[in-house]
Amino acid sequence: MEKHDERFKVANREALIGVGLALINFLWWFGFAYGLGSKPPEEYSYIFGLPAWFFMSCVGGFILMSVLVIFVVNVYFTDVPLEAKDEDTE
Amino acid sequence: MNWAVIIPLLLFIILIFIIGFWANRSIRLSKKDFMQEYFLGGRELGGFILAMTMMATYGSASSFIGGPGVAYTEGLAWVLLAMTQVVTGYFVLMVLGKKFAIKAREYKAVTLTDYLRTRYQSHVVALLAAVSIIIFLFSAMAAQWVGGARLIETVTGIPYTSALFIFAASVLIYVIIGGFRAVALTDAVQGSVMFVGTLILLIATVIAGGGVEEIMQGLTRENPNLITPFGADLTLTPAYVSSFWILVGVAVVGLPQVTLRAMSYKTSKAMHRAIIIGTVVVGFVMLNMHLIGVFARPILPGIEVGDKVMPLIALEVLPGWVAGLVLAAPMAAIMSTVDSLLLLVSSAFVKDIYVTYLKPDASERRVKGMSFGVTGVLGIFVFLMALQPPDLLIWLNLFAFGGLEATFIWPVVLGLYWQKGNKYGAISSMLTGILSYVIVDQFFNQPLGVHSVVLPVLFSFIVYVLVSAGTTQNYTAPVTNPTR
Repeated sequence: MEKHDERFKVANREALIGVGLALINFLWWFGFAYGLGSKPPEEYSYIFGLPAWFFMSCVGGFILMSVLVIFVVNVYFTDVPLEAKDEDTE
Repeated sequence: MNWAVIIPLLLFIILIFIIGFWANRSIRLSKKDFMQEYFLGGRELGGFILAMTMMATYGSASSFIGGPGVAYTEGLAWVLLAMTQVVTGYFVLMVLGKKFAIKAREYKAVTLTDYLRTRYQSHVVALLAAVSIIIFLFSAMAAQWVGGARLIETVTGIPYTSALFIFAASVLIYVIIGGFRAVALTDAVQGSVMFVGTLILLIATVIAGGGVEEIMQGLTRENPNLITPFGADLTLTPAYVSSFWILVGVAVVGLPQVTLRAMSYKTSKAMHRAIIIGTVVVGFVMLNMHLIGVFARPILPGIEVGDKVMPLIALEVLPGWVAGLVLAAPMAAIMSTVDSLLLLVSSAFVKDIYVTYLKPDASERRVKGMSFGVTGVLGIFVFLMALQPPDLLIWLNLFAFGGLEATFIWPVVLGLYWQKGNKYGAISSMLTGILSYVIVDQFFNQPLGVHSVVLPVLFSFIVYVLVSAGTTQNYTAPVTNPTR
């Protein structure tokens, strides 16, 4: 019975975490790209030679997401068996 | 001919063959069901291989050759757009996640079509799925073959037809004999080649350009728009660029070649590792390879054909044999996409149509013969198509990606998490998705300033929910999704 399968509770929570991470990822990406990048190019500041909007949005965003994903997976993700419960696997 | 480039490419192809033969051996030795072994690698993928095969299947010719080419023309804005793909590294596996893997095992599903048929207990859903997979992925595959052959032609100077033959023969051999396991393992090698190749090329390009600052100044001198998020002619609007979050980001969850991988891993630990490796590798490869395109501009100005940027910059900034190694990367990207599509289309014929509907009692030997045979015939058929691609095929290929997403995303995702979702919802959602995609793409160019995929994904969602909520489906026992 689906309702009583504890594994699906775990799965549902992890799916929601995935949606949450995607939202954070999008806001960060969009905010820095268009927040800092909408000025005229002469007024750009630079980080490591790259325009600040690009560095923060693309390089910073990628590093942020990698760190978040590693953290979330290690802390909140639970190991569950994947095989059907009632019968032996093939 | 440029032997310094050809030899590393040859070595790469030989390595791929060795893996194919090795995988064939493990299919012959396996005691598991042949189809599960051949089309799904026996559900035994580990974390690293899973992450790599996801990335490699998905990072195709278009992103590997076309992407840097457009980045060369549009500047940093196109790298920003490409970075929308980082989300696929974690999103797909987290959202389909363990529930999909558990359900697929429970249903004994070997293909996405199997999964949908059992979930909705509907043959209409299954046939719709199988037919759209065959039509769209076949066209997508043929287009990739053209890309592969063009690349060999550009790099080595071998004429197109011979190049196509070399490409076809190498892919066919290892896919036919090795099945999914060979595809996944070679994807892992190909993914690693992409990872290392783009890194070497990026470093060499930065050095050749005199450092990042120097390159940025060069771009600003030429056209300051190249370093804005709006593209060379300021035509890339935030709405348009953001809509790629759907096309190449979250909606990838509906692509059959991707969902298939989400049922192929061995344990939940493997999946955890794959999420981490996948995110890092996808982000790293996408960022580097598109940056290469932008950085190439001040070094090699005036390249007219975008597809040539990658090969030309490699030949320019690297010694010949290293360029050969690096150019194995786009080659690897194309091969790793093509091999998965070939196997997927073959499984749609063999498993979804032949075994399920035409001959359910087929013996194992017969299924084996069919699998090898169908894969081979398909390969030859694609080869002939790619010799002189018909217009219809090019037209269909345009819809392959977005069309399949709009077709499958809701029947897969909502079918998984919403019990009330039923076959009527699924059928109408699939039809809405595909038809509205073709209509929107043909008649309304970028409606509301967003990519054509956005509205059809929205429509198919609304239709799925409304129709499912308004109808009741009586499931025959044994019920997999009990009603309250």
